[in-house]
Amino acid sequence: MTLKNPKQLSAGVWDVVIAGGGNAALCAAIEAAEKGAKVLILEGAPKVYRGGNSRHTRNFRCMHHGDLGPLIETYDEEEFWQDLLRVTKGETDEDLARHAIRTSEECLPWMQEHGVRFQPSLAGTLSLDRTNAFFLGGGKALVNAYYITAEDLGVTVAYEAQVRHVEIVDRRATHMDVELGGEMHRVQGRAFVLASGGFQSDLDWLARAWGPSAKNFLIRGTRYNMGVVLKDMVDQGAETVGDPTQCHAVAIDGRAPKFDGGIVTRLDCVPFSIVVNKDGQRFYDEGEDVWPKRYAIWGRLVAAQPDQVSYSIIDKRSIDLFMPSVYPPISADTIEGLAQQLGLPGNALAQTVDEFNAACRPGDFHPQKLDGVTTEGLEPPKTNWARSISEPPFYAYSLRPGVTFTYLGLKVDKSARATGPEGLYDNIWSAGEMMAGSILGQGYLAGFGMTIGTVFGRIAGQEAAKHVA
Amino acid sequence: MSLDVTLQTDPGLISSDPIEEARRQIEICNACRYCEGFCSVFPAITREKVFADGDITQLANLCHNCRGCYYACQYTAPHEFDLNLPQALAAARTDSWERFAWPGGLARIFQARGEALAAALVVGTALMFAAIAALPGDGAGFYAWISHGAMVAIFLPAFLLPLFAIGIGLRRYWSEVGGVRVAWADLRDASLSAGRMKNLDGGQGQGCNFEKEERFSDARRHVHHAVMYGFLLCFASTSSGTVMHYVFDMQAPYGFWSLPKLLGVPGGILLTVGCAGMLMLRRRADPALGTPGRSSGERGFIWLLGFAGFSGLVLYAVGGTWLTGPVLALHLGGVLAFFLLTPYSKMAHGFYRFAALVRDAQDQRVRADV
Ligand SMILES: Cc1cc2nc3c(=O)[nH]c(=O)nc-3n(C[C@H](O)[C@H](O)[C@H](O)COP(=O)(O)OP(=O)(O)OC[C@H]3O[C@@H](n4cnc5c(N)ncnc54)[C@H](O)[C@@H]3O)c2cc1C
Ligand code: SF4
Ligand code: SF4
Repeated sequence: MTLKNPKQLSAGVWDVVIAGGGNAALCAAIEAAEKGAKVLILEGAPKVYRGGNSRHTRNFRCMHHGDLGPLIETYDEEEFWQDLLRVTKGETDEDLARHAIRTSEECLPWMQEHGVRFQPSLAGTLSLDRTNAFFLGGGKALVNAYYITAEDLGVTVAYEAQVRHVEIVDRRATHMDVELGGEMHRVQGRAFVLASGGFQSDLDWLARAWGPSAKNFLIRGTRYNMGVVLKDMVDQGAETVGDPTQCHAVAIDGRAPKFDGGIVTRLDCVPFSIVVNKDGQRFYDEGEDVWPKRYAIWGRLVAAQPDQVSYSIIDKRSIDLFMPSVYPPISADTIEGLAQQLGLPGNALAQTVDEFNAACRPGDFHPQKLDGVTTEGLEPPKTNWARSISEPPFYAYSLRPGVTFTYLGLKVDKSARATGPEGLYDNIWSAGEMMAGSILGQGYLAGFGMTIGTVFGRIAGQEAAKHVA
Repeated sequence: MSLDVTLQTDPGLISSDPIEEARRQIEICNACRYCEGFCSVFPAITREKVFADGDITQLANLCHNCRGCYYACQYTAPHEFDLNLPQALAAARTDSWERFAWPGGLARIFQARGEALAAALVVGTALMFAAIAALPGDGAGFYAWISHGAMVAIFLPAFLLPLFAIGIGLRRYWSEVGGVRVAWADLRDASLSAGRMKNLDGGQGQGCNFEKEERFSDARRHVHHAVMYGFLLCFASTSSGTVMHYVFDMQAPYGFWSLPKLLGVPGGILLTVGCAGMLMLRRRADPALGTPGRSSGERGFIWLLGFAGFSGLVLYAVGGTWLTGPVLALHLGGVLAFFLLTPYSKMAHGFYRFAALVRDAQDQRVRADV
């Protein structure tokens, strides 16, 4: 049930106190409550924004042998592991990763039993129907289903309850300091699960880690993941994993809201375009690979350009080749006209386009696969889909880096227990984005964030309940 | 329909025009698609990239206001995209019925104002009292109170005129949404969908989110079923009576084991119970997810329909007593008001909804053929 009176927070000793209200927190809460524990969820966001980044997700990656739910054929441990190895370039913990992969298979039916509904792969994402199970209604529907299940199990939920500090004495957490309604409350518990996400919404922290340009980054998800609990734990000597300076950033539409733009701000036109910076210059091979494998690289590339902005330019022939974007393209009948609307130097842009067009060679353009249609004698080259930008009207979309999550996380073991300066904590577990750095040291595998959160959230909940039983 | 992508709407430009606003929200959904599995609206959205006015009208009429997409949406207020697709489509839908209605203007009054419907009921009833007083019959049963000729003289036009008006509205609808020649398969698919109210089942049979917010429930589908089948049974009852009268020369009153009664009594019960249930669910549902400014008219319509059904049952119950006359006037007054207002009240939605389902089946078939 929803907490009515803030005084209730500090009235007694809870069995399991959970910081966060996203997927990982909810999975932990449900497991712990099913084992009979008295559970409290402390969600920092108001009810309308509950569910953190999880409310923006669309699918979850799952190992399976034969058809499972909406998933077809087979996706086995080895293939899953190889996919992970490729994107992380080895920055992963094989033991933990394989544990997550193996456990994912039993998670799908568990999710269904706890109210989550799946649907077939969305239009335009058919290539994922073997590896990723899509949520009917998306992540917010999943979050809603879990809140209903948790409340039916008697879990107490406090919204706008910001965890500020975890008090730890000799490897044991004793209470949390929680701000609610302008007051601090001392919330005592016997076991604690930390599932309050990364720190990407704290732009100052991001700027300290990445450099001042990070202030221009857009945050794709919730504004409530400020890393307060993470920082508090780090300050108390908790062991961490993952590069503290890095974040997963993808190139999204530059007009997106500062926070919570979510899925609709993605732009899939880059491979069919040329991308220029605000000086009208190209800076990277737009056709290196298919977009799902390149959108993260482009986040960094755009972040390195002046003012952290770029423009993707296509002509009439390419406008229907990608999923619709939520923002209308900027269009003009001439390149100069387009430059004017974008506020780019017209001559420079015209020259860039001319040089690109002159370097294009005839070939068999094929939007659906790496077609090898490449430029000749151009620096940087465009190695696929290099078709001239010559048929008006011309269209442009602006690009900015959009941060998905940060990599810094707490170090956990296979039972999701966090590690302090003197080894494993007695009664602190962590799940989800907050410990994902253990497995995803760099890169990203679509749908794996929810897998990590579900697997370790459930484990954390089970272990915490066992601890207090 | 291939339109220029530059016609796309800025997602931040919230509009007070129902079509513009629905278009803005639909374009956001098309870039998201998370709700694809809830209903027929989303798959239809993903078939386009930009949307003409007719496309919006079609999508709006396809929506059953199950509200699944509202509670699942990550962009609802206070998010700046301010998504409320059930409301946006409801507004565009109501707007389309008011535009298509013939003669124009009437629909705006009766869809908006419950008082207008109540007034129509009073006038209808008064008319029937007057008719009973002036034109008593010499037959048995009802025809002892009002002559068969008078009944026909009143109800034949009261039935045919609205039908004609609805026909005009549907023609306007069909041309706006770009419908083509209807195939039997389209009618079959639409009937199957309407018969089960598939679009209220949440896509997987879990039901809709009408009255319990995030929780799914089948209550609305069940009461709506009761209303629809109750209405159809009552209609069939009247039709069977007409056929018996003219074809088989069997005059009313009919006994309990006759076709008109066997259809009419369960029909009346279903209609009454369904309307009562509908009104109860509406009290629990969030009005902000329905058509803005049409609540009173919608409620009034349910009362009117329920009244027609319930008074029919009462009429049967009081049969043979002195109450028959007054109750007959009330019942026939209700039926008269209901018939005459069909093109201009919420009742119109049944016709347009069915047309939208036919069009959707047709659109899928035509696209599958090429
Ligand atoms: C736009 C977008 C799309 C994505 N799509 C996918 C996808 O399709 N599949 C996938 O697997 N992953 C996806 N991800 C990644 C995915 O969202 C995360 O991996 C996952 O949601 C992490 O879950 P979590 O529970 O750890 O964190 P979150 O869901 O972010 O939850 C963190 C919670 O902690 C709360 N919180 C933060 N600080 C405090 C505090 N001090 N006190 C109390 N509460 C606090 C927040 O309010 C929030 O409820 C996407 C991310 C984004 C941004
Ligand atoms: S209603 Fe919201 S979640 Fe559903 S498709 Fe539209 S934008 Fe996406
Ligand atoms: S309210 Fe229901 S029927 Fe209407 S668009 Fe949303 S999900 Fe579909």
